[in-house]
Order: sequence, then structure tokens, then C-alpha cells
Amino acid sequence: MNKNLKKLLAFGAAAAIAAGLAGCGSSTTETTTAAAATESSEAASTEAASEASGSDLKGSISLAGSTSMEKLCEAMSESFMEKYPNINVTAEYTGSGAGIESLESGSVDIGNSSRNLKDSELESGAVENVVAIDGIAVIVDKDNTVTDLSSEDLAKIYKGEVTNWKDLGGKDESIVVIGRENGSGTRTAFEELLKLEDACKYAQELDSTGGVLAKVASTPGAIGYVSLDVVDDTVQAVKLDGAEASEESIVAGNYLLSRPFVMATMGEISEQNDLVKTWFDYIASEEGQAVIKGLGLILPQ
Amino acid sequence: MGSITKTNGAVNAQKVTEFIAKTVFTVCAVLAIFAVASMTVYMFAKGAPAFQKVGVAELLFGTVWKPTADPSSYGIFYIILSSIVGTACSIAIGVPIALMTAVFLTEVADKKISAIVYPAVELLAAIPSVIYGLIGLMVLNPAMYKLEKQIFAGSETHQFTGGSNMLSAIIVLAIMILPTVINVSASSIRSVPKELRAASLAMGATKMQTIFKVTVPTAKNGIMVGVVLGIGRALGEAMAINMVAGGSVNIPLPFNSVRFLTTQLVSEMGYAEGTHRQVLFSVGLVLYIFIMLINLALMQMKKRSEEQ
Repeated sequence: MNKNLKKLLAFGAAAAIAAGLAGCGSSTTETTTAAAATESSEAASTEAASEASGSDLKGSISLAGSTSMEKLCEAMSESFMEKYPNINVTAEYTGSGAGIESLESGSVDIGNSSRNLKDSELESGAVENVVAIDGIAVIVDKDNTVTDLSSEDLAKIYKGEVTNWKDLGGKDESIVVIGRENGSGTRTAFEELLKLEDACKYAQELDSTGGVLAKVASTPGAIGYVSLDVVDDTVQAVKLDGAEASEESIVAGNYLLSRPFVMATMGEISEQNDLVKTWFDYIASEEGQAVIKGLGLILPQ
Repeated sequence: MGSITKTNGAVNAQKVTEFIAKTVFTVCAVLAIFAVASMTVYMFAKGAPAFQKVGVAELLFGTVWKPTADPSSYGIFYIILSSIVGTACSIAIGVPIALMTAVFLTEVADKKISAIVYPAVELLAAIPSVIYGLIGLMVLNPAMYKLEKQIFAGSETHQFTGGSNMLSAIIVLAIMILPTVINVSASSIRSVPKELRAASLAMGATKMQTIFKVTVPTAKNGIMVGVVLGIGRALGEAMAINMVAGGSVNIPLPFNSVRFLTTQLVSEMGYAEGTHRQVLFSVGLVLYIFIMLINLALMQMKKRSEEQ
């Protein structure tokens, strides 16, 4: 017992010494970290100084136009206003045509359009600044042998005029037409681009991209549409009029189911006021590009 | 003196505690009333404008749902019909099964079997609806699609839905209402006095005759309460149906892709704007009124069964 007690005491003493040593050690590291902290805070203050010129800007930027660009505008302005708290970005979603009209009449700084500008609009002095490209992939299940569709055939499928894959050179399998719910941006874009506005006969209307993907993957003969960026290897994306559903063919302008997101200005960006220039600089910056990518959109090149 | 004041103090303290407790309970009770009342006001305030804008008859009895078209159309008749037909059919399938199970559990099964079946029923009630939906999606829909292909082989007019249809929704709902109906029916059958059964048996009736001629009729009111609870459950279910019913607005035929009042709200609320959004609130109001009516009926029935 006695021996044990001694051992215990010895152990305790050793532990105390060790702790003391450790204390010394840590105190030295503390000093070094403190020094480092001063350095970094200096660096931060210089950074803040350089940024101060940006946040000195005060005022507001107004946007109006495409309803399809709502998500992009909201996300972009939110992240923009975090960096430039003194600049207020307001956006209205009135439709592409109305947006460019407001731009032409001078009531907004930027007109949003989810299509290329018309010649008449370009003639009035509006400049087309494509900030992002929206791409939609048409997907079928893995076992489908039809991998290339013409846009006419695709429209016929969605109108319910073609109901079996054998009519399109595939297997004898009924076509299960899957789409998104009313109000979905993807559905609106898909129907607009194929000129199918409210002419589609859907067998299933699902309320999420993931839902469409899963249903097409698990249903033989199914066809659906999703944002290009979510296509995975559980389904196959069909070629449209011979063009592959890929960023490259969209950027090259060969793929039908894509549309530009235009933020039009009157005159070039360089002629705009500092606020609008800052806005476009921000979109072109890494942060702005991350916002665009985060929404599943394609960066224009 | 000292002892008397002490007692007085104790009495006062007791009074204060009583008062505080009473107030707390009252506030809680009022909170419940307030919640129901404010929800009712909110639903009517939000749901009524679209009735004015679109027109009551057009909204309730229109059959074309194209909220984003130009000109738009906001007919929710097929949606209402789907909800009614879906609920009615699931009750028609689910209630007999549930009633038989309840009779089996209370009258027929020996204790050992009952000890297995009863927890199973309880578990059925505890499974979240999304799980029912998931199983429906993975198992029921593919099976339905096979059936659909056989039935409509060579049909030119039928739109193939991949098995997401009314029938799938009905089957899922029928299973989902089972535990509610079983539990309420079983407890109601159990509360039938033993003397009635004994008298019936003594008169020479067989066990089955006793069950169907004496026990079940006596427990009728309680069973009806279970059925009405089941109706409420089926009508209000959203998640599971959203996953298996397809979601297109169609006439509620067995192999059609359909949309219910609940799934209409779930799936379109996200991006809806303007009148479309207002109409969705009206859909919510219609559902709310349905549920309220069912609950009023339930209260009446409970009262009647208690009186007996």
C-alpha cells in the first residue's frame, strides 16, 4: 500500500512538472502566434483600405425583364450587395420584351432578356451582354436505343402525337412523357424553345429536377428534361438534331435547347456609370462566376 | 399569533399558485383556439380573392388547369374529383380489411397471435408517409406499369404513365388508413359488454353469427368514428401520393396520372406567381373546408357514440 502511495505521489509530481513544461512551451508559441496575428491584421487592414474605394460607391442599380432570370438576379444581387452594402440592386421581373423596353425608355439601367436581342432592339442602341447560358438536356432511360432526336420529333412526343418509340426507330415501347410542374423555369424554357407553350401532354408532372431524373432512370420508355448540369450516368442525354447536349455544342450554338441570359445595357458597358460597371465587374469576377455556376448555368465564352 | 399568520401566509401562497396555474392553463387553451381561428381567417382571406378573380363556378367546375398559359385557365374540378374519388376508393378497400383485422384481433385471435399482430399495426401507424411513398415509387409503380402495358396493349388513345396513376395512390392510401381504422374499431369492439356476447351464444348463435350480428353492430358508432378519421387521413395525405400519383391534372380513372388537392399545393407552390398563387390558396381553402366538414361530422358521431 505504502509503495503504491509513493508511486502515486511520484507520478503526480512528474505530471505536475510535465504540465509546467508544457505551459512554458505553449506560452512561447502564444507569443509567436500573437506576432503572426498582428501581421495578418495589418494585411487585412491594407486589404480593407483597397476595398474601401469599392464600398465608397453609393447608389442603386435597377434591372427589369425576364422572369426566367429571377433566380440568377436574386442570387447575384444578394451576393453583390454583401460585398457592396451601399449599393442597392432592385430587380423587376416583367418579361424579356418589357425589360428591354424599360431599358430603351431609360427607366432602368439594365434590361434582362432570356433570348438574344432582336435586330430592332439592337438598332435602338441596346447592347447584348450575355452573362450566362441556360442549357436543358433531354434524357431517356439507359436501355433506350433512340439516342438522336430531331426537334420536330421531340415536339411530337411532347404533344402526344408520337406515343411509341418504334415510330422513331426504337424498340416497341410506349413513351412515358415526363415533365415539370406549372411555373417551373425549366418547363417554361423547354416549352418556349420548342414552341410548345401549354401544348404538352404530360403523363407525369414532377416538382423537382431530381424527381424527373429518378423517374426517367427507373421507367422503361420514359423521356424527360432537366438542367444540363445535373445529367448523370443513370440516364442518357439524347442528341438533338445531331448536336450533343454538352457545354461545347451549346457555346458553339449548335444545340437547340439553350438560351442566353442577357443583361442588356444602352451602349457598351464601358460607357455606363461606375455602379453598373461595378456590377458587371462583379459578375465577371470569380465570386460572380461562382454564383452562375452554382445555379447550374453555363458560363459564356 | 405567529402560528396563525404563518397559516395565513401558506393559504395565500396556495391561492397564488392556484391562480398562476389556472392562468397558464387558460392561456394555453386560448392559444389553441387562437391558432384555429387565425388559420381559418387566414385561409379565407388568402383563398377568397381568386374566387372573385376567376369566378366561383369556373374555378370549382372548370376542367382545364393551365395556369401559365395565355389566356390562362384555372379549373380545379378534376383535382377536387381526384381527391374525392381517391379517398372514397381507399376507404372502400381499406375499411373492410381494417374491420376484419379489428374483429380478428379482439374476437378471434388467441393472445399469442394478437401479441404479434397488434404491435405490427402500431408500427404501421408510426411509419412516416414519405416511406410509404418511397415504397410505392420503387415497388408499386413498376408493377403497375407492367399491368398497364398488358391492359392497354395496342391502345392508341391511352397515355402511358409509367405506373404512376390513381390506382397506385388508392392502394397506398388504403394501407395508410389501416392503423387508424383498426385501432379505433378494435377499442370500440372491445368495449362491447360481455353479457351481450354471452346472451347471443347462449341463444345458440355461433361465434361468427355473434360477431357479425351482435358485436359489430353494437360497436357501429365507434367504428364509424374510425372510418371518418381514416377519411381525414386519406384526404389530407400529400407526400406519399405526390410520389406515386404522377401529378398531371386528369379525370380520375384508375390508370390516369392524377393530381389531388394536397399534391397540387405541394408541387406548384414553389414558383407560382400572381393569380396562379392565389388560386393555389383557393385550392388550400377547398381542402380546408373539406377537412373541417369531416371533423364536424366526427364530432357529431363521437357525441352520438358517447350518448349510447
